Amino acid sequence: MIMSLFQIFIFPGMLFLLVAGLAAEYIDRNLVARFQNRVGPPWFQPLADIIKLAGKENVTVVGSDLQIFRLMPAIALAATITAFFYIPLWGANALFSFNGDLIVVLYLLIIPSLTFFLGGWYSRSVYSMIGAVRALIQLFAYEVPLFLAILAPALLANTWSLSGLTAFYAAHPGLWLVNLLGFGVALVTLLGKLEKVPFDIAEAETEVVAGPFTEYSGQRLAFLRLTMNVETIVASALLAAVFLPFGLNVYPALGLVIFLIKIFFIVFLVALARSLLARLRLDQMIEFCWKYLAPLAFLQLLLNLIVKGALYR
Amino acid sequence: MFEPDDVKIPIGPQHPALKEPESFLLTLRGEKITSASVKLGYNHRGIEKACEGRNYTQALYLIERVCGICSHSHSSAFIQAVEELAGLEVPKRARYLRTIVGELERVHSHLLWLGVAGHEVGFDTLLMYTWRDREIVMDLLARISGNRVNYAMNTLGGVRRDIGKELAGDILKALDTLEERTKYYAGIATSEPTLIDRLSKVGYLSPEDAVTLGAVGPTSRASGVDQDVRRDDPYAAYGELDFKVVTDNHCDVYGRTLVRVGELMEAYKIVRQALRELPDGPLTVKAPRRIPAGEVLSRYEAPRGEDVHYVRANGTENPERVKLRAPTLANLQAVSKMLEDRYLADLPIVVAAIDPCFSCTDRLITVTGDQEGTMNWEDLRRYSIDWYKNKGVDFSRMKIKL
Repeated sequence: MIMSLFQIFIFPGMLFLLVAGLAAEYIDRNLVARFQNRVGPPWFQPLADIIKLAGKENVTVVGSDLQIFRLMPAIALAATITAFFYIPLWGANALFSFNGDLIVVLYLLIIPSLTFFLGGWYSRSVYSMIGAVRALIQLFAYEVPLFLAILAPALLANTWSLSGLTAFYAAHPGLWLVNLLGFGVALVTLLGKLEKVPFDIAEAETEVVAGPFTEYSGQRLAFLRLTMNVETIVASALLAAVFLPFGLNVYPALGLVIFLIKIFFIVFLVALARSLLARLRLDQMIEFCWKYLAPLAFLQLLLNLIVKGALYR
Repeated sequence: MFEPDDVKIPIGPQHPALKEPESFLLTLRGEKITSASVKLGYNHRGIEKACEGRNYTQALYLIERVCGICSHSHSSAFIQAVEELAGLEVPKRARYLRTIVGELERVHSHLLWLGVAGHEVGFDTLLMYTWRDREIVMDLLARISGNRVNYAMNTLGGVRRDIGKELAGDILKALDTLEERTKYYAGIATSEPTLIDRLSKVGYLSPEDAVTLGAVGPTSRASGVDQDVRRDDPYAAYGELDFKVVTDNHCDVYGRTLVRVGELMEAYKIVRQALRELPDGPLTVKAPRRIPAGEVLSRYEAPRGEDVHYVRANGTENPERVKLRAPTLANLQAVSKMLEDRYLADLPIVVAAIDPCFSCTDRLITVTGDQEGTMNWEDLRRYSIDWYKNKGVDFSRMKIKL
């Protein structure tokens, strides 16, 4: 009982997740700064930002739906943290698992995007409304390729459980190399999910100020910021578990290091995209996702069907 | 025209896309802009009127502060008019020095624009790089004139500061670095796919429209209109220097980027040639305090386009009328044309592509809404104290000496 509570709240649960999220933000900001020939913030800056925001006034807009407006940041953070418990980190098994948790994790990770939509829509500001609609349209663009890309490795492993999936790839070392194409697709859609350049359309500051977050301030904005940070870790962990399932059954401390390296690798790629690319327009993003990413994900599916046929012959 | 699905969205007067307060009221259907109206008048400072109360030398320094970026352009355009009224023959060395500072100003303005354009389409790396390199030319200007902006190089009948041998050598060295970097940016602008996606076919302005709507500068040259005051109506030393006018036929934001990058390369050439052929001689001629009556229209190719100054003198120490038209005013008409049937996401870059400078443009204030009356400092203080009292913070007992 106490062990479970410790795992949920301290390690590798909430506290670890929050610290890792802030660390990821620090790494991301510093990498981008270095790429852009800047110095970058000191290590405590992400935490200082959260503390500063938490001490600020909570401004509410006259005419906004207060209940939804207040509730959404908490729901977003809760959903993201919940998803984390079903993802195998450095052992082959997650904290909790059942057959079908892969789908549940994917759906839990949609919830932040939906809360951004609802929170933005009900703040009754034109900028947040347009940003909210953009967030929702964006969801339809990247979610299908992402699902397809994650479906392919699961198909090969013949399981709907993330723990089962990692167990399968641990038993068949080297087989994860088949899924590299899907990994590429998932990485690009991850940029859409985390609303990072080139897909930061919903919160494009030069167009819609801060998109769905325009009217948020104080603690609620701090919660939303934390959600984005935690989502970075959770989504990276998901990708690492599905597409990079190696180094799992080793000494736990070494496993943790390997896990952190995987996360760092994904954060590095996100930072690289942020400093190399310009923001796309919404129509260009939809075109890109459906014209290129979805067919590539289908190609991965086809490939995995063939490999599966060869494997179980 | 206005349908229930349409959303009216104000961009400005305060908005992250805008560097100065101005207002665009857009009607959106989905992400498409169905109509756009521009409202100016948040920056009116009354500089033209203020010039009438000052003598010509004082007015020169005031005119220099019309724009924080093309300050030399405005002061040169004004001083050219006054010198023509006074019948002054400006020494050749002074004319060359004005050209050098003018072109260095163009370099810093275009590098600044390149960064802003990158930022507007979410490509912040370009912003960081170009603004880093802009420091090189800012440092040069600071060494030449003592100031990073508002160089105060011009004076009635010449220039105030000289460029020595050592400084000339340093300028040439810095230009080599800048040229190399500019080539790199030109490479990025013509090869980075996301950037090209965001720039090409955006903000289309046909050559006919460019002429009809009176666009000037890089905006019109990118639509294939071959006009440049430096060549068509040479001033300073431009008549004696070799350079070509950069034009482009893309007619869109991409074309405007190419024109500006091309002009950067030309500017390096002009500065090099001017430094090489810098003639010896005095920096100024003696100028009278009273300027004989008459009127003059002076043109100058500022980085953003043609800058027009009109000065009327009545034989006293003060000008009777000063009128200036900044290039942004000429280009603003074209913006609503460029925005037709575009997406909301294109607005920041389309507006930025004319390189707007709204404080240079504003000539009037319109008061809207029903709030009337004036507020002095005390009223304003009381208002803010009451405002914070409503929020639960009491500042009324605070004793601050103002």
